[in-house]
Amino acid sequence: MLDMQHIIKVYRTDLVETHALRDFSVTVAEGEFVAVTGPSGSGKTTFLNIAGLLETPDGGRYQLDGDDVGTLGDDARAGIRNQRIGFIFQGFNLIPDLDVFDNVDVPLRYRGFVTRDRRARIERSLELVGLAARMRHLPSQLSGGQQQRVAIARAIAGDPRFLLADEPTGNLDSLMARQIMDLLAEINRQGTTIVLVTHDPELARRAHRNIHVMDGQVTDLKPYAARGAAPDAAVA
Amino acid sequence: MLGYYLRLAWLSLKRTPAITLLMIGAIALGIGATTTTLTVYHRMSTNPIAQRNDVLRAVTLDNWSADRPWDTDHPDNAPAELTYRDALAIAQGAPASRLVVMRKTSLTAEPGAGRPPFLVVVRLATHDFFPMFDVPFAYGAGWDGKADRDGEPVAVLSKETNGKLFGGENSVGKIVRLDGREYRVIGVLADWQPTPKFYDLNNGEYDTPEDLFLPFALGATLELQPAGNVNCWKPETLAGLRDLFGSECIWHQLWAELRTPAEVERFQSYIDGYVAEQKKLGRFPRRINNRLYTVDEWLARHEVVGRDSRVLLVVSFAFLAVCVLNVVGLLLSRFLGAAGATAIRRALGASRGEIFRQHLVEVGLVGALAGIGGLALGAVGLTALQQLYSSYDRLTQLDLSMTLAAIALAVLAGLLAGLYPAWRICRVQPAGYLKTQ
Ligand SMILES: Nc1ncnc2c1ncn2[C@@H]1O[C@H](COP(=O)(O)OP(=O)(O)OP(=O)(O)O)[C@@H](O)[C@H]1O
Ligand SMILES: [Mg+2]
Repeated sequence: MLDMQHIIKVYRTDLVETHALRDFSVTVAEGEFVAVTGPSGSGKTTFLNIAGLLETPDGGRYQLDGDDVGTLGDDARAGIRNQRIGFIFQGFNLIPDLDVFDNVDVPLRYRGFVTRDRRARIERSLELVGLAARMRHLPSQLSGGQQQRVAIARAIAGDPRFLLADEPTGNLDSLMARQIMDLLAEINRQGTTIVLVTHDPELARRAHRNIHVMDGQVTDLKPYAARGAAPDAAVA
Repeated sequence: MLGYYLRLAWLSLKRTPAITLLMIGAIALGIGATTTTLTVYHRMSTNPIAQRNDVLRAVTLDNWSADRPWDTDHPDNAPAELTYRDALAIAQGAPASRLVVMRKTSLTAEPGAGRPPFLVVVRLATHDFFPMFDVPFAYGAGWDGKADRDGEPVAVLSKETNGKLFGGENSVGKIVRLDGREYRVIGVLADWQPTPKFYDLNNGEYDTPEDLFLPFALGATLELQPAGNVNCWKPETLAGLRDLFGSECIWHQLWAELRTPAEVERFQSYIDGYVAEQKKLGRFPRRINNRLYTVDEWLARHEVVGRDSRVLLVVSFAFLAVCVLNVVGLLLSRFLGAAGATAIRRALGASRGEIFRQHLVEVGLVGALAGIGGLALGAVGLTALQQLYSSYDRLTQLDLSMTLAAIALAVLAGLLAGLYPAWRICRVQPAGYLKTQ
C-alpha cells in the first residue's frame, strides 16, 4: 500500500521556483487500479516519480508498504524500484543500442534472476504485448506503438507489486489503447496495484477510482462531471 | 554480471568508433612510449643470474696508487679488475667452493675449405666458469681442472660460432684452427645471452658473451694479447706481454663461489692476509680495501642502469599521464553523452555501484585494447632504437613479462582515466534525464 501525506516538491532553477506538488496527499490500497488525471503541468509525472522513488519529496511523509521511504538512501531506493515497482514512462525510454529482448532484460539483470528465468519472463511478457516475433529488433526499427508495448513488457516482466504508468497509451490509436487497457486490467486482476496517468477520460473511467490533480494538489472536483459534460463527448 | 558489462562495453564502444579509436590511440601512444623505455630499463637492470646471486662474489683488491683512488667519484671502490699475478695467486690459493679467473683476447678463426677467416672474441677462463655461471650447453661440456693445469688446446664454442664454423651441428671432437693452431672442440653452448654481461662489466656490459672459450693457462703459454681494457697507474716499462704479466696493470676478472657466510668470511680473511703479505713486499700502497660483491651489488656498483634511461623512464611515464588525462575528458563526454541510457538503468533499479562497475569494465576494455596497440607501437619504437644504436640489439627485445606488464599498465591507465568519469556518471539522477515525450 502506498500512502503519501502532505508531500511537497519544489523545483528550483536559477530564475524560478516551481511548486510541482503542494500538500499532496493520496492513499492507494493494495490491488487498486487508480487513474490520475489533470491538466498538463499539474504535477502528475512528479507524483509518479516520487511514488516510484525516482525523486525525493522536499516535505511530507511517504510510506510504501508501511515503511517510510521518503528518506531512504540512494541504493535502498534503487533496490525498491528494481524489486517492487514497474515503470511505464511518459516517453518510451528504451535504450536505443539494445534490441527488444535486451531492453526488457534490463531490470531483470539487476534483479539477479538466473538466465533461464530471465529468458522465460522476457518471452512471456513480450508475448503478452504481442511482440514475441520482434525480439531481435532495435527500438528504431519499431513503430511508436510497438515501442510503447516494449516499455510495457519491460515494466511487467519482473512481476512488480506496483505498476506506475505515465500516459502509456498516449502514442497509440484508440484500438491499441483499448487493448493496452485490457492488458492493464488483466494485470491488475492478477494482483498488481496500478497507478495510471492519462488524459483520456474514457480510459480513466475503467479504473476503480480517479484522482484529479490540479496545481500540484489532489482536488475533489470531478472535472468532467462538474462541467456536466459526458466523458465521451470530451474525447470526441 | 561481468559478461553482461563486457557486452554493454562492446556495444558502447561500437556506437562511437571514432572516439573509441581516439581513446585507444591516446593510451596506446603512452603505453608505447613506456614499454619502449621500460624494456630498455628492465633489460639493463635485471640481474641475469639472480638464481645464483647470493653465492657468487666478484673479487676486488685495491692495488691502486697511493696518490689517488681508482675512482675519484667513489674513493672507497677498489679497482674493478685485478693484476695477472694477484688473480693467479688467489685463484690458486684461496679457499672457495669454486673460483674463476679470466680475461679477454681475440684470435682469427680459419674455417678452411676456402672460406674466409674471421675474428673471434675469446674468453680465457678457468674451468669453473661454466658451472659457476650456469652456462647452458647444447653439446659436450666445459673442460676440467687438469685441462687448466696442462693448458690443453680445447675449445668451447658459442652457438653462433658453431653455426659459422660447423653449420650448427654437433661439432664436439672436431678441430678448430685459431691463429694457425689446432684446438679440439669439447663443448658447444646453447643460446646464452646474459644481459647485462654481469661477469665482465668493464668490457662492454651489453655485449653478447664471447664467441669462443679457451683454458686460461693458454693465455700465458701462447702469449695471447689482451683484447679488453688494461688499466695501469704505475710508471713501468711495458715492452711486451711478459712485462704486462709482471706489472701493476689490471686486466683480469676474478669471481668466487662462496656458499655460506662462513665461507665468505674465510675467503675475505684470506685475501686480506694475501694483501698484507704483499704490502710487506712493497706493493699495495693504499689501505687494505678488498671487497666482495654479489651480482646485484656488482651491477649497482657499475651503475649499469644509466641516468639517461632513468630520466627517459620518468619522461615516458609523464607522457603516459598526459595521455591518460586526455582520455579522462573524452570518457567524461562519452559517458555523459549516454547519460540517458544510464538514467533508464538507474530508474529500473541499477545501483550506483552497478553503474560504476559497468563503466569501469568499459574503460578496462579500452585499456586492454590500448595495451595491444601500445605493444605494437612499443615494438616499432624498439626497432627504431635498434636501428639507431646497433649495440642496443639485445636490450630491445620485448619479453613475456614486459608484454604482460604493458597490458596490465594499459588496463590500469584505462581504469585511472575512467575512475572520475565513472564516478560522475553513476551519480546521475534518473528523473532529470528521462524523456517525457
Ligand atoms: N526537473 C524539473 N525542473 C524544473 N521544473 C520541473 C521539473 N520537472 C517538472 N517541473 C515542473 O513541475 C511542474 C509539474 O510537472 P509535471 O511533469 O509533474 O507535470 P505533468 O502533470 O506530468 O504534465 P504533463 O501532463 O504535461 O506530463 C511543471 O510546472 C513543470 O514545469
Ligand atoms: Mg507528465
